[in-house]
Amino acid sequence: MTELVLSRPVKGRSLWIDAWRRLTANRAAVVSVVYLLLMGVACLVGPLLTGHHYTTIYTDYVRVPPSLTAYPKPDQISGMLDELIRRMRVDLVAWNDQDDRISLTIRSSRPIDPRVVRYFDRSSSFADPKVETTSPDGLTLTLSTAVAKHYFLFGTDNTGRDLLTRTLIAGRVSLAIGLLAGLTAVVIGVIYGATAGYLGGRIDDIMMRIVDVLYSLPFIFLVIMLVVFFGRNFVLMFIAVGAVQWLDMARIVRGQALSIRRQEYVQAALALGVSPLGILWRHVVPNTLGPVAVYMTLLVPQVILLESFLSYLGLGVQEPLTSWGVLIAQGAKNIPSATWLLIFPSIFLTSTLFALNFLGDGLRDALDPKDR
Amino acid sequence: MGETTPLLELANLDVRFDTADGEVHAVRGINLTVAPGETLAVVGESGSGKSQAMMAAMGLLAKNGRATGSVRYRGREILGLPARALDEIRGAKIAMIFQEPMTSLDPLYTIGNQLAEPLMRHKRLGAKAARQRAVELLTLVGIPDPERRLRAYPHELSGGQRQRVMIAMALAAEPDVLIADEPTTALDVTVQAQILELLRSLQQRFHMGIVFITHDLGLARHFADRVAVMRYGQVVEEGPALRVLTRPEHDYTRMLLAAEPTGTKAPPPDDAPIVLEARAIDVTFQIGGGLLAGPPLEIRAVDKVSVTLKQGQTIGIVGESGSGKSTLGRALIRLIHSEGDIRLFGQPIGGLDAAGLRALRRQVQIVFQDPYGSLSPRMTVGEIVSEGLRVHEPQLDARTREQQVIAALEDVTLDPSLRNRYPHEFSGGQRQRIAIARAIVLKPRVLVLDEPTSALDRSVQKGIVELLRRLQREYGLSYLFISHDLSVVRALSDWIMVMRRGQLVEAGPTEEVYGAPAAAYTRELIAAAYGLTDAQEGAASAGN
Repeated sequence: MTELVLSRPVKGRSLWIDAWRRLTANRAAVVSVVYLLLMGVACLVGPLLTGHHYTTIYTDYVRVPPSLTAYPKPDQISGMLDELIRRMRVDLVAWNDQDDRISLTIRSSRPIDPRVVRYFDRSSSFADPKVETTSPDGLTLTLSTAVAKHYFLFGTDNTGRDLLTRTLIAGRVSLAIGLLAGLTAVVIGVIYGATAGYLGGRIDDIMMRIVDVLYSLPFIFLVIMLVVFFGRNFVLMFIAVGAVQWLDMARIVRGQALSIRRQEYVQAALALGVSPLGILWRHVVPNTLGPVAVYMTLLVPQVILLESFLSYLGLGVQEPLTSWGVLIAQGAKNIPSATWLLIFPSIFLTSTLFALNFLGDGLRDALDPKDR
Repeated sequence: MGETTPLLELANLDVRFDTADGEVHAVRGINLTVAPGETLAVVGESGSGKSQAMMAAMGLLAKNGRATGSVRYRGREILGLPARALDEIRGAKIAMIFQEPMTSLDPLYTIGNQLAEPLMRHKRLGAKAARQRAVELLTLVGIPDPERRLRAYPHELSGGQRQRVMIAMALAAEPDVLIADEPTTALDVTVQAQILELLRSLQQRFHMGIVFITHDLGLARHFADRVAVMRYGQVVEEGPALRVLTRPEHDYTRMLLAAEPTGTKAPPPDDAPIVLEARAIDVTFQIGGGLLAGPPLEIRAVDKVSVTLKQGQTIGIVGESGSGKSTLGRALIRLIHSEGDIRLFGQPIGGLDAAGLRALRRQVQIVFQDPYGSLSPRMTVGEIVSEGLRVHEPQLDARTREQQVIAALEDVTLDPSLRNRYPHEFSGGQRQRIAIARAIVLKPRVLVLDEPTSALDRSVQKGIVELLRRLQREYGLSYLFISHDLSVVRALSDWIMVMRRGQLVEAGPTEEVYGAPAAAYTRELIAAAYGLTDAQEGAASAGN
């Protein structure tokens, strides 16, 4: 190929800026980036806006299907009232619905303690109960109460928790594990791989054999062992996933470093008397970052999937905290009766993975040196 | 020639590329013709569009390229033909050979497979017939023992043999037109002469038209009937080779012809102090070996070579690829391990460890051949040039360092305001200047120049040669100039060392070695290099 003469701006244009320009020209990648940002914001801020806490249990709304209109539905009110009246051990004489409030008349064979209204307080479906009139004998009571409106856009789960809130909270956990474990893997992998590849020779042999040994440890065994020793917790997930994922990264970076070490700019730096650490830091690592950035975007989905897999096996995060993997596992058990429990978390997980993969593809094209 | 229809005719051919920086107009309406039995040399420097014009004619442009105009093969328009229709002509009637024989052959297939496949496809030959034809072809291109070579993989052949195989592949379908894109640039001079001889005899035998793309005017003069000189995508001059290259009409052609390095270097005074002295340097590489692989194979890259470099002296080390000249250069500045005694300013440096060497590093710097590979792509020019200062003068504040970087860039005649740019934004010649700035910013005493001009165009090369001369005068530098290009070495050095297979063949003052070579190998080398460029040398020196 012959070189083509171009007119250029005065300011330097780094390879990263070049790559960024190519990336922004790739529509799928841009859409993915926007989508991932939206997903991140939604998972961070969303749970504050849904009106539910992810641990709140609505006993009245166990496994209700997703709906755009508020719960309770008109036909549910009578059932919920009946349930409440049964618990209050009184008889319902009549009830009617007027202006968002329900007025009802109850009667009992014994005088009714006005404190029965607390049953309404305890219920998540009613709010602000008032005793309107009490009959002189105290056997009949007229009450009024407001109906609490709840929106369950994604429905609720088996214990009556809002699935939307839980899906977003799960997203926080999954994305955090994906990013943090991915980042840990990248940092360890890059440092380890670059060192091994650059130093080469005997040191490289030893370092890479250690990687091989770690590779041969069965991952699930390792996790089970860690869980047995340290109990189940969130941090353990990072360690377990990070401990496995950096091995791939180390191999990739080592391969890169091996070829970079033979580049003339490294030789020139050697001739300048730059210390090995300086060469590693200024020359080797920056030049491995292209493939590393690509691999990172593919690593994050891998880690999210790994976490899902572990959670599916019951080794992952613990209730009431949840992750997409956990939600999907629960949803899978409820396919016949409550499909939404599977559908919504799955959509979130797969769309995020798709976006990450598209972004990875875009990055690979953008950073491909053949384009230059 | 007097042919009615030319074999290949490019008319008003335009090639444009869409790039991130906008449209690049690589070829601007060129007209070229090739008749049977004729050799047309397309000469130009890198970026002149000479390769892209031919790639466009073959329908081999990169995805972002567009060609307009007309390309006719025996009067038939082939530009813009669909790939299927084009394949009847491409490879069968018009064949192409490329510069890099290492990468043009598929490393996973044997020579036999790669030769037989197009035969079976284009000529519908059976496997056995194709194989027989492959043997004939290898014999034709002068590969010894062709039967056995069919089973060889590309890496088992030398560069010259690989290029012969490429030619055999191109000839397999008996093409009328052969497009040779710098076919000998990657080869040693002695091999180059053989390949050109082969092409010429094949041309006579098959009455082919050859389009010979080259940057080397000497080759064009020697090999072509007609020459077209290209610059910025246009043909600036076209005509019979002898006329164009001896009585050029266009300024650019004249400039190209005058770009051949000229001049000589006077030796340093006898009492000049010795800066670098090396006795009986041995470098051995171990290949393979290991726990299960058995004992490693030892290759002696440099075998008992001694060097004495005085202040202000330039020693030219010449030899073909594999002669160990680069290895020697690197061993002398302790980039690779060697046996033997090396003294810098009288102080032995052979036994020093990395830390002890660091202080001496600033006295001895190196400039590499490949200006694209020797600058870290993710650092700005300022960072690259200042790196040595950070190591050797860490006490400097950022401002002083910046000033020294600016001074070094001015020394190599680069605009210092460009120091925040990245290497890929510069041309090859500019990059080589950056590499030289990086070396001289430390004010070294010795510079090892490892083929610093080989990857550059002649006109750019001339500038670098002048720069090196000026720096030597101003700073009293001593150079070790390693090159396979005899004319550049001659212009720059006062002492010549000829190397072959790791051994010193001959050493002496430049004019003695060039004028009356003592060793047979030196004679062969000089004959191969100057046999081709004699006439042009004469013209160039007459012009001066």
